[in-house]
Amino acid sequence: MADSAGAAPPKPSTSVKLVLLGEAAVGKSSLVLRFVNNDFQENKEPTIGAAFLTQKSHLPHRTIKFEIWDTAGQERFASLAPMYYRNAQSALVVYDLTKPTSLVKAKHWVAELQRQASPGIVIALVGNKLDLTNESSEAADTPSTTNTEGAAEGEENADAAEENGDARKISTKEGREYAEEEGLLFFETSAKSGVNVQEVFTAIANAIPETQMKTSKTQAVGGGTQTALGAERVNLNKRAEGAKEGCAC
Amino acid sequence: MGHDSEGSAAASDEGNTATDRSIAPSPPEGHGVGSTIDETAASVGDLQIGAESSATSHVPSAIHQDEPRPPLPPRPGNLDLLQEGNYSPGSSLQRSKKSARPQLQSTATTALSRTDINTQSYQDGSRETYAASAETTPPSKPAGVFGSIRMFKGLGGSETGDSASVKSYAPTLEAGGDVESLLGEVLGASQGSPAWKLLSTQYEAPDPFDSVTYEDDEATVEFYREFDEIRAVDPDGGNEEQQLAQWQLKRKHFLILSSAGKPIYNRHGDDNLISGYIGIIQTIISFYEGANDQLKGFTAAGARFVIMSQGPLYLVAISKLGENDAQLRVQLEALYMQILSTLTLPTLTNLFANRASTDLRRPLQGTEPLLSALADTFTRGSPPTLLSALECLKIRKSQRQVINDTLLRTKCDTLLYGLVVASGRLVSVVRPRKHSLHPSDLQLIFNMLFEARGVKAGGGENWIPLCLPGFNKNGYLYMYVSFVSASESDGEEADDDRSESGKQEEIAILLISAKKESFYDLRKMRDAVVDQLDKNGSMSIIKAAVRRGRPTATDIVPGTVLRHFLYKSKGNVQFTMPSYEPHFTTMLARRRLLSLYHTLHASVHAKNARLKVHHCISRDSISLAWVTPLFELYCVAGPHPSRNALAQSANKVVQWVRREEERVFIIGGAVF
Ligand SMILES: Nc1nc2c(ncn2[C@@H]2O[C@H](COP(=O)(O)OP(=O)(O)O)[C@@H](O)[C@H]2O)c(=O)[nH]1
Ligand SMILES: [Mg+2]
Repeated sequence: MADSAGAAPPKPSTSVKLVLLGEAAVGKSSLVLRFVNNDFQENKEPTIGAAFLTQKSHLPHRTIKFEIWDTAGQERFASLAPMYYRNAQSALVVYDLTKPTSLVKAKHWVAELQRQASPGIVIALVGNKLDLTNESSEAADTPSTTNTEGAAEGEENADAAEENGDARKISTKEGREYAEEEGLLFFETSAKSGVNVQEVFTAIANAIPETQMKTSKTQAVGGGTQTALGAERVNLNKRAEGAKEGCAC
Repeated sequence: MGHDSEGSAAASDEGNTATDRSIAPSPPEGHGVGSTIDETAASVGDLQIGAESSATSHVPSAIHQDEPRPPLPPRPGNLDLLQEGNYSPGSSLQRSKKSARPQLQSTATTALSRTDINTQSYQDGSRETYAASAETTPPSKPAGVFGSIRMFKGLGGSETGDSASVKSYAPTLEAGGDVESLLGEVLGASQGSPAWKLLSTQYEAPDPFDSVTYEDDEATVEFYREFDEIRAVDPDGGNEEQQLAQWQLKRKHFLILSSAGKPIYNRHGDDNLISGYIGIIQTIISFYEGANDQLKGFTAAGARFVIMSQGPLYLVAISKLGENDAQLRVQLEALYMQILSTLTLPTLTNLFANRASTDLRRPLQGTEPLLSALADTFTRGSPPTLLSALECLKIRKSQRQVINDTLLRTKCDTLLYGLVVASGRLVSVVRPRKHSLHPSDLQLIFNMLFEARGVKAGGGENWIPLCLPGFNKNGYLYMYVSFVSASESDGEEADDDRSESGKQEEIAILLISAKKESFYDLRKMRDAVVDQLDKNGSMSIIKAAVRRGRPTATDIVPGTVLRHFLYKSKGNVQFTMPSYEPHFTTMLARRRLLSLYHTLHASVHAKNARLKVHHCISRDSISLAWVTPLFELYCVAGPHPSRNALAQSANKVVQWVRREEERVFIIGGAVF
């Protein structure tokens, strides 16, 4: 199924396994739908089990074929999660920035991934539903200096903002600082408006060391460590990659 | 065989017929007649689930003639009957013997479990009821299944309430053979009830079908709003009354609560809105529970309430659509199966064993859309549910053979079941020789794939852990699902109308395994299956059959007076029917048709057996139900034709099915 190197156009093509994790209803499937079909559904039905999708992403110098596991995030199937992230090179851990409990859940997932997943896994922390805040147009990866006030003040702001129709419950600062501590990529997105969605996937693609793409079947150990905001900088040399089977069975 | 004597009675008594067929060791005979073959094959097939247990008890040799198995096994329900038959043909059944059943089941060689699915596949509603209560009531406690009506009357005079409920101990349960007649009684009794009167407008009065008359304008409008969402109550409660009024207009409700009274699911309205009602229902139920007398149903304000107790759960159906208790119970049973399918039985039991006040909503997260899809299917009216049978896509036998062979050839080691399903109709099944697939399990799967949108909306391939309670209610299986569009061009179409047209778009490849790690294996198999089906032309045959849709009644019997029919092959546990076009295209027309079918079904299943043909004449339709040991046929014509014309057409339908049998049904199927 994977493009073979021989038939590949000048641009090399590689596959990247990606798993989405996070509490139910934070917008995992919506992010995938936006990424894959550039579409959004207002009342999306909950995912049943897990969905497997593929999507090509064209970077300047190469093509990445994402093999995406979109999990349902229901607690009763938590024990199945390892099957989805075991061979993943990357993970999107999603929370809903209008719902504090979802960040708690996200942190659990990050901890589990750091413990159990392949050591080099690239993790992006994503605060979704940015459109429900009244700064939705503001790109999330603006420097954190915009948010230097103390946490308490930040809360106040959030409260005040809610009266203006701002439903944000988790400040950008909070998410970003946690991501920095843990060495995760960090984005605030809206699957609804599309803000930052493509960017997340591009950043992930760029953050995955090429060696890992090549050897993902035999776990690359000690793979890339990323810096939180440095995704764009991790620009790797590209060269033709061998085809990689989609099958990890 | 302890019941040879019943052999002759079989023709007249539904229950016994089933019993006999499933254990009768009679070698295939009468191959000359199509339907006889089918019957024989089927009864042999029936055995494979029932086999072990009947073998343990009484029929050692009958079982191993499993040559021509039907693909979908059979009505597990037969089991109960079978055992009843063994113990006490036609007379009262000892509770204690029934309670021995679970042990028998646990000795079965396969992982198949029967206890809970029994009810599902009963085609005879009344027996279904019987099975349900048999399972949920401790042996020592006689339950008043059908006492409800009397009970209700008793409650009217307040202090007679108790004695009335004592009456509800009426020994209906004890006598297998009597159950049907008792149901009949209920029907009779309820004729005087407000609910029945209300419903009779629906059946006998004006135009059960399309054209709207003065009398049902209101009902019409209401029914079209049946699926509209009720908004949440505002924080200040300002809109509460209005929302409650809307809630009350709904023709059908399903509620699920825990024995502790915690709401688990309700189809319409949020908890706040209806907490008062839930409280009342809970109180009523526990009042009877306290008296060691399970409340099974009652009628109030023109609605029939049916209550099913399943372990730690109460499931309640409230209907103004006129189904009888047994039919409503089949629906509740399906909802319960969905809950098991999400959780498995041990998990459900443990949750409540650990904490009686458990809030099941959380563990059930994500299941609500599936429950609602089932509920709405029942509200719209569902032939597969009414008949407890499956529908197949009509294609030539040789074509199906090619598809079966393709599945067998590409089969991977981890495969348990492989299915091709098109627009809710079965195209092909492969399965291990020793395992069968239960119609109730397939109903859950079809509901998930074709009625609920969660899976399709995912847009990719899916890997779904689910418990198939008919197969094994104690553990999960893993289902690989991938859809292939049936349309020539891959044009996207929104299917807001989830009815026939909506479903027709998709062909699903389902590959089920017991191994949770086998996704990539099955995915590879799917690619091979689709590739080969494309190459050998099968895919285009399936697509064409899907796009063609069902033939109309007049396509099937040229010039017929029939507008619609349901034909169920009992042996195959499958049914076939013509298109709803051109007479039943609206939701209301279809609901009325289905209501008529429910009435017909109830009438031939209610009486103690002798009723084989039932005519029903109203101002707007004449209809007929015809039951034989081989099939059930329900026919509906417009108001004008004569009975003769109707009967003639019914015969033609039977002839057509006989001719097309191996196309409309899957007979034999593929095993490995
Ligand atoms: N306003 C808003 N709603 C969203 C966004 N993403 C998802 N949703 C909604 O949130 C609900 C849950 O989304 P879904 O993708 O199913 O969440 P999942 O369970 O994490 O896959 C759906 O009703 C979506 O329409 C978003 O960015 N903004
Ligand atoms: Mg989802």
